[in-house]
Amino acid sequence: MISLENVFKRYSDDVAIGPISLEIPRGGVTALVGPNGAGKSTVLTMIGRLQEPDAGTIRVGGHDVARTPSKTIAKVLSILRQENHFVTRLTVRQLVGFGRYPHSRGRLTVEDEQHIDRAIEFLDLAELQDRFLDQLSGGQRQRAYVAMVLAQDTDYVLLDEPLNNLDMQHSVQMMKQLRRAADELGRTIVIVLHDINYAAHYADRIVAMNDGRLTETGPPEEIVRGEVLSRIFHTPVEVVDGPQGRPVCVYF
Amino acid sequence: MSLTTTPPDAPRDAPSARPGTAPRRARWRLAWPLLLALAATLALMVLSLFVGVYDISGGEGGWEMFWITRVPRTVSLVLAGAAMSMAGLVMQQMTQNRFVEPTTTGTTEWAGLGLLVTMIALPSPGIMERMVGAVLFSFVGTMVFFLFLRRVTLRSSLIVPIIGIMLGAVVSSISTFIALQHDLLQSLGIWFAGSFTGVVRGRYELLWIVLVVAVLVFVVADQFTVAGLGRDVATNVGLNYNLVVFLGVTMVALVTGVTTVVIGALPFLGLIVPNVVSLIRGDNLRTNLPWVCLTGVWVVTVCDIIGRTIIMPFEVPVSLILGVVGAVVFVTLLVRRRRHV
Repeated sequence: MISLENVFKRYSDDVAIGPISLEIPRGGVTALVGPNGAGKSTVLTMIGRLQEPDAGTIRVGGHDVARTPSKTIAKVLSILRQENHFVTRLTVRQLVGFGRYPHSRGRLTVEDEQHIDRAIEFLDLAELQDRFLDQLSGGQRQRAYVAMVLAQDTDYVLLDEPLNNLDMQHSVQMMKQLRRAADELGRTIVIVLHDINYAAHYADRIVAMNDGRLTETGPPEEIVRGEVLSRIFHTPVEVVDGPQGRPVCVYF
Repeated sequence: MSLTTTPPDAPRDAPSARPGTAPRRARWRLAWPLLLALAATLALMVLSLFVGVYDISGGEGGWEMFWITRVPRTVSLVLAGAAMSMAGLVMQQMTQNRFVEPTTTGTTEWAGLGLLVTMIALPSPGIMERMVGAVLFSFVGTMVFFLFLRRVTLRSSLIVPIIGIMLGAVVSSISTFIALQHDLLQSLGIWFAGSFTGVVRGRYELLWIVLVVAVLVFVVADQFTVAGLGRDVATNVGLNYNLVVFLGVTMVALVTGVTTVVIGALPFLGLIVPNVVSLIRGDNLRTNLPWVCLTGVWVVTVCDIIGRTIIMPFEVPVSLILGVVGAVVFVTLLVRRRRHV
């Protein structure tokens, strides 16, 4: 379980996040949604201890992320930020291998190699594994990064807009793969999403934020409604029945 | 290239798990280019030992001269070449910038200032005191540069070395000013121009310190690679990013300080060597560190041999040759990288 208790962070006099109290249960996919500047990424990076809150406590799987040694946390949660620009020239396999760093500290064992194989296979990167990252397309690179955090083999996986740079086909593939990671590997996935339709379709829970505060939390059936979404995104949203009775949000 | 994906020491960690000939063959395929490179390095060293004005085989006391000048010179070529290339590589990983190395971040200029300050402040400083001064100053200078980088987010990767070169120019003009006041301007020019001419027995032994640093870099290679992926990725996998950067800066300062005191500035070396190696072999430090060291040795040795022979019986400082060669390679790299990215 991920729990936030009165978490607060101030950026300037008029920009602040929180106080936020939130509980995300173990398992499944939780989507963080909201307009630009709502504080989704900040909350995610604070959970992933990449930023420190000014006040409040964050626990992941029972560990207080501010007090527990970073090495221990690295075996419990992994986080991938939105912008990854590596000047380092690594092959896909080498990069994914560094996901094993918390476990082997660089000296890869046979078990590590198996984890790397699995993550590479999971994201369909087998044919690309010996290519250098700078020889890949944006979408392929994005998959390699996700493979790295999956190879880390943590219960909790936090992803900040992993669909960035992905075309339609790869966005759907990525969400299906994440869904599988939750269902088959039992990972708890927290993901910041921009497109509400992806959240509606693939998430088990939706957490909506606005102006640094939580506004709605619940399963997609509760959140994916015209009046709720219009309120969250400050723009008229209509929810219509799509194929197979799934809701589709129309906002253009 | 696919060989690099299996670390050569994986079988060592689990000897029973991967029996058979396949890994051994893989390891051999990984090893033989390196052995060839080593042989080439040895050949270059032998060449360096026998190039020079003094006829060591026939001349009077030739072998004595051999031990007094040729051996120290060759040893310091190897040490300085390998260490400065490595320092460049470490700096590039720590700053996540391809165009950074001790001479484009002001580290070398700080070392020079440290050397000068020690010369003036102490009555008659030995080489040890001078080295400590140079190392301290280059440490402070590199730290200043890193803190500055952390404060400002720089959009373009080319801005970083420009700022470093500017910082270096400021430090270097301070040195010039101080030197002018103390009538040391001429000595300053001689110290700065990297040259192996003055390397004789009793004047180069400090360089062995860089060997210790080099070994340490090999030990923590993986941490440097992870830090090279940036603060967020490093923190994600549980690495103490600040500590690793601090360690990196300390090592770079040590290497640069010592090399500046004994040899002088070796421009572009730390820039071109890691970039060329990276283009061919990628950036996994564990597998490409030996290549960076060896390539560094080749470049310095070849440049020094050119410097020794081009206007025989006189010598040109190696920094001059390096500057010319380095500038050409640097521009080529710039153009190539542009096309790649």
